[in-house]
Amino acid sequence: MTLIRIILKRLLSMSITLIGVAVIVFFIIRIVPGNPIAMMLPPGAGEEDIARLKALYGFDKTLPEQFLIWVRGILGGDFGTSITSRQPVMSLVLGRLPATLELSIMALVMAVMIGGTLALIGTRQRGGKAEALIDVTNGVSLSVPDFLWGLLFILLFGVLWPVFHISGRVSPALDLPFVTNFYLFESLLRLRFDIWLDLVSHMFMPALALAIPLAAIIAQLLKQSLKETMHLDYATLARTKGYSENHVILREALPNAILPTLTLVGVQFTFLIGGTVIIERLFSYEGLGNMAIDAVINRDLPLIQGIVILFAVIFTTVNLLVDLTYALLNPRLRHG
Amino acid sequence: MADGRAAAKRPINPRLWLSGGWLLILVVAALAAPLLAPQDPLAQDLFASRLPPMWQGGSEPGFPLGTDSLGRDVLSRVLYGARIALLVALVAGSCTCALGAVLGLIAGYYRGWADVVISRLIEIWMAFPPVLFAILLIAVMGTGLTSIIVAIVVIDWTRFARVIRAEAMTQGAMDYVASAKVAGRGRFGIMIREILPNVLPTIVVLLTLEMGIAVIVEAILSFVNLSISTDDPTWGSMIAEGRAAIHHSWWVLVVPLITLFLTVLSFSQLGEGLKDHFDPVLR
Repeated sequence: MTLIRIILKRLLSMSITLIGVAVIVFFIIRIVPGNPIAMMLPPGAGEEDIARLKALYGFDKTLPEQFLIWVRGILGGDFGTSITSRQPVMSLVLGRLPATLELSIMALVMAVMIGGTLALIGTRQRGGKAEALIDVTNGVSLSVPDFLWGLLFILLFGVLWPVFHISGRVSPALDLPFVTNFYLFESLLRLRFDIWLDLVSHMFMPALALAIPLAAIIAQLLKQSLKETMHLDYATLARTKGYSENHVILREALPNAILPTLTLVGVQFTFLIGGTVIIERLFSYEGLGNMAIDAVINRDLPLIQGIVILFAVIFTTVNLLVDLTYALLNPRLRHG
Repeated sequence: MADGRAAAKRPINPRLWLSGGWLLILVVAALAAPLLAPQDPLAQDLFASRLPPMWQGGSEPGFPLGTDSLGRDVLSRVLYGARIALLVALVAGSCTCALGAVLGLIAGYYRGWADVVISRLIEIWMAFPPVLFAILLIAVMGTGLTSIIVAIVVIDWTRFARVIRAEAMTQGAMDYVASAKVAGRGRFGIMIREILPNVLPTIVVLLTLEMGIAVIVEAILSFVNLSISTDDPTWGSMIAEGRAAIHHSWWVLVVPLITLFLTVLSFSQLGEGLKDHFDPVLR
C-alpha cells in the first residue's frame, strides 16, 4: 500500500521534472545563434529553398506551436528528424545509447569492486597504516574529477606504456557480426572473445576514469558504516562466539552496513552517467555524449533536444529505482 | 566514528599549508606572468616548433618546458593560463556561491511556496547532464570569459542551494531561533543575523570546492573548443593541443595537466582542511 503510494508520488514528481527539462532545453536552444537551415543548404540556394526546408522542419511556425508539435511527437515516440544526418532522432539516439550504457555499467561495476575491496581492507586493518593509506588515496581520488583521470590514463597507458587503446569503441578492422548495439554483451553471448577483449581494451581507461571518484565515495562511506557496525552488540556477540574477524565483517557487519551506501551509489551513478559526455569526447568513444557535443557544434536542434531528454529520463529513472530499492530493502519503510 | 575523528585531526596543518602554498604560488605566477614568462605566450615560431623541455636533448635555451606544434612556449602559456584559471575560479566561484546560498537560505528558512519552487528547480537542474548543459549554454551565449562564468553560475548554483537549504532547515528548528523570535526579531533579520552566521562555515567550504570545479569546467570547455578564443593561453586549450599531439610532443599535455591536477587537488584539500577546522564550531 505504502509502496504503491511512494511509486505514484515519485512518478508524478518525475513527470513534472521531465516537463521542466523539456521546456528549458526547447527554449534555450532556440536562442542559439546560427541558422541551422542555412548550414545545410548549398551556397546559392534561393529564398524558396530556404522556406521549403524551414517548413519541412517546422521552423516556420511560432515557438509555442513548435513546442506543442514537438511534445505531441515525443508522446507518440517521434522525436523529430536530425538536421545533419536527416534520420529520425529516435533511431540515432537509440543506436548510440547501448554504447553509453555499457560504458556506464562497466564503470559502475569497477567502482563497486574497487570501492568495496578498499572498504573491507580498511575495516579489517582499521587504525593501522593500511587504513591511513586508503584514506589518503580516497581523498585524492575524490578531489580529482574523471576528466583529469582520463587524461592521465591516456598519457600513462596509451603513450608511455601503451597497453590500452586510447580512442574509439572497437578496432575498425574487426568485422562485427552483431544484430544489437550492445557489443560487449552480445560478443559474450556469441562467444566471440576476440571481439570482447578488443572492446574491453577500448573501454577500460574511460570506464576506470569514470569509476575512480565513485570508488572513493563507496570506499569512504562503506568503511565508515562498517566500522560503526563493528561496535554494535551483535558484532561483539559474534566475536565472543568465536567467529573470526573476517566472518564478522563479511557475514554480520556487511549486510547491515550496506543500505546507506546503496542509496548513495544510486545518486552518484547519475553523476557518473553525466560524466560520460566529456569522457566519451576525450576517448573518441562513439556514445551518446560524443554525439551530443557534435550536435551542439552542428546546431542540430532536434538531435540536441532528443539527447537531453533521454539523459533526463535516464537520470530520473535511476533515482526512482534507487528509491524503490531502498523502500523494498528497508523494513521500516516497507511496513510503515 | 569518534575514534577516527581524533586521529584524523592531526594531519590538518600540512594539508592546509601544502594546498594554500600551491595556490599562493599560482597567484604570484598569475600576477607576475609578464615578468616571469620567458616568451610571449601568443608568439608563434614554426622554426621552433615541438622543442622538447630543457632536460632532454634538442632543447633550446629560452624555452625551458619546450614548445607546442606552433612553436609557442609552454611555460609562458601555463603562466598566463593561471590568470584565466584563477579569474574564473574567483569570479565564477563567488557568483555561484552568492546565488546558490541566497536561494538555499530562502528555501530552507522561509519554506512555503518559495521552497516548493526552488526545490523543483533544483530537481530539474539535477536531471541535466552538467557538461552538456554547459556546452549548450556556451553555444547560446557565444564563447568568451563572461559566457563561461555565466554558464558555471547557471549550472552549479544547485550545489550550494541543496546543502544550504538543508542546513538552514536544521538551524531554523533550533532553540536560539525560537528565542530570537520571542525577542521580537523579524524573519528577515533572523535569517541574516542568526541563520547566515551559522551556515557560513559550510558556505566557505563549498566555495573553496566550487573554485576547483570552476577551473575544471573552464578546462573542459576549452578542451571542447568552446571556451575563450583558441589563441588565448588557457590550460584547457593547451590540454586539447597536447591530446592531439600526444604521440610526438607529450610535454605539451603533461605540463598543463600537472598544473591543473595540483590546482584542483589544492582547492579541494583546502576545502576539506577548512571543514575539519570549522568542525567544532559547527557542533
